[in-house]
Amino acid sequence: EQNKFASHFNFYPTKYLNEENKEKINLCQAINQALNIALEEDPNSVCFGEDVAFGGVFRCSVGLQNKFGKERVFNTPLCEQGIVGFGIGLAVTGSNAIAEIQFADYIFPAFDQIVNEAAKYRYRSGNQFNCGKLTIRATWGAVGHGALYHSQSPEAYFSHTPGLKIVIPRGPSQAKGLLLSCIADPDPCIFFEPKILYRNAVEDVPVGKYILPLGKAEIVREGKDVTLVGWGTQLHVLMETADLAEKDLGILCEVIDLQTIIPWDVETVAESVTKTGHLLISHEAPKTCGFGAEMAATIQKECFLNLEAPIERICGWDTPFPHYSNSYYTKGRT
Amino acid sequence: YLGNKKVMFTERLEFKTPKDCDAMPIYRCVDSNGNFLDENEEPKFTKEFAQKIYMEMTKLNTMDKILYESQRQGRISFYMTSYGEEASHLGSAAALEQRDLIYGQYRETGVLLWRGFSLDQCMNQCYGNKLDPGKGKQMPVHYGDAELNFVTISSPLTTQLPQAVGSAYSFKLSNPTKSSDQQRIKCPVIFFCRNNGYAISTPTSEQYSGDGIAGKGIGYGIHTIRVDGNDVFAVYNATKAARELALTNCPVLIEAMTYRLGHHSTSDDSSAYRSADEVKEWTELDLPILRYRKFLESKGWWNMEMDKQWLSKIKSEVLESFNKAEKVKKLPPDELFNDVYAEIPEALKKQKTELLNHLEKYGEKYPELENFEK
Repeated sequence: EQNKFASHFNFYPTKYLNEENKEKINLCQAINQALNIALEEDPNSVCFGEDVAFGGVFRCSVGLQNKFGKERVFNTPLCEQGIVGFGIGLAVTGSNAIAEIQFADYIFPAFDQIVNEAAKYRYRSGNQFNCGKLTIRATWGAVGHGALYHSQSPEAYFSHTPGLKIVIPRGPSQAKGLLLSCIADPDPCIFFEPKILYRNAVEDVPVGKYILPLGKAEIVREGKDVTLVGWGTQLHVLMETADLAEKDLGILCEVIDLQTIIPWDVETVAESVTKTGHLLISHEAPKTCGFGAEMAATIQKECFLNLEAPIERICGWDTPFPHYSNSYYTKGRT
Repeated sequence: YLGNKKVMFTERLEFKTPKDCDAMPIYRCVDSNGNFLDENEEPKFTKEFAQKIYMEMTKLNTMDKILYESQRQGRISFYMTSYGEEASHLGSAAALEQRDLIYGQYRETGVLLWRGFSLDQCMNQCYGNKLDPGKGKQMPVHYGDAELNFVTISSPLTTQLPQAVGSAYSFKLSNPTKSSDQQRIKCPVIFFCRNNGYAISTPTSEQYSGDGIAGKGIGYGIHTIRVDGNDVFAVYNATKAARELALTNCPVLIEAMTYRLGHHSTSDDSSAYRSADEVKEWTELDLPILRYRKFLESKGWWNMEMDKQWLSKIKSEVLESFNKAEKVKKLPPDELFNDVYAEIPEALKKQKTELLNHLEKYGEKYPELENFEK
């Protein structure tokens, strides 16, 4: 139990699915299935990035090149700015471009292409050109021992950029449905995959195609005393927190998975806070200017008369993500 | 390790130095009087085609003069001229097919004119009025036209370069060829570099120390040529041949050597970093428009009288178009919320309402509102 590499959370599988036709898979397989469906459905769709051809360093693209050919699933040179720029060009001419950035930590060389180009393409051309068919997948979040450059959660940097959609799933069922939505969506999307869940998260996932709506939060657990909001891996930390709060303090928490960072679902969160009067937001990324700040400011305005206490943010410290004291950084059970 | 090339061992410790390789020569067809140095290089333009090239070069030049002046008078906010680079625009544009997709930087207006982008469209964009296809969102000279296959210009430099490769790859996917090259990512793309000696105030000696841009092409395994960018025929021939090569999924680099005669933009006074003598020398020795006109005259396809008439005609067309665009209103203020996303998200709709309510209450504080549609 006290393994020093043990994860900081317990996975809470999604249980609401009633479909007959389902199978137990992990998040990595869910991504692979979504990519398979996208490539099958649209002959103009392509998957590319660093080391994608042999299956990817996290095995998300296993088998795709054999099935769809080297022209549609291929390696690029090691250059993130090139990968995203190339993807934009594909999307501008109508191809469904699914680009992979190996770690979200390495998306910054492509920041210019994402923020100045992809996000503004439709706007600046008066809707004559767009790159809506671009989806950028990147592995994301803490992994236990990833230190500074294999642990980052950069969603807040991108949330300050109109024109993008940013999506983060909490498990295999959401990963498959939300990734397929991103690929089909008419706007450029960044899809962050919590890499610690690739193998740890296993649950029943519907076979075949289905989509989950973007811009919609999900109430994962209903409660009346306090609203907890998070996304990705942190959602499972919040679920455990809710269990502990109920057991030790008799507090009933409402837990919300935000899922889409921008444009985010203000309505669902505000309705919940109107009911509970309390809000706690939690994310792995550093606190200052993290996305929690945006949420807190908005909810404070929307729910001023309903709030019974200051909005609390439980976030990463305002430091780089360290290797040696990882467990003090990803807190959350307290 | 090289994958695409065979390599030998050597037992001699020896560094290659830049001096070991000669600079790539500049391909040219005509001298500064418009006479062909090798008659075989003449691309046999028809009279109409040859005249059209000249007329578009001079149209661009005339428009540049008028719009530059209008910026000086504060009638438009910004402008960038193409003085001295007209041959690189028209020579290359004329060698391409209309369906070929073009990504540009910002000093390529002649390419658009060749394709049929009208003076009205140029003016509407520079004024950002309601007829601007870009809906008034971008600075002047950021042209774009989907129908003419010219991707909308954006200010960040070279972002278009990997995008052009992606689009070329997309075309390759939809037009599979039998070529079985090992580098599957190779694309039907032409990279066209206008080397005009300056990046704003920075001379090329401070930009690179190798053999210009052409010197880099081979390092990437790209077919490369350096051309005289003030020679329409050299630019045309190189682009034509490059297009043939590109269609076999072989990317090509063309470096067109030219000189930026005008200021970098209306926000720049180039006399602060280069001598008037230098500009004068280029103006006197090698004006691409003049060089090309001498060729037309030697063919008997153009003369002083025609020139006078054409320049006066195009000048009045430019002025007419300019005055027309100045009077056209801008789109309504809340247009600024459109096209951020394919559909306006809820939170943005709220901001739109916020602006409209604000204007309803405080509209009189915005005297410029009368220039906008309601």
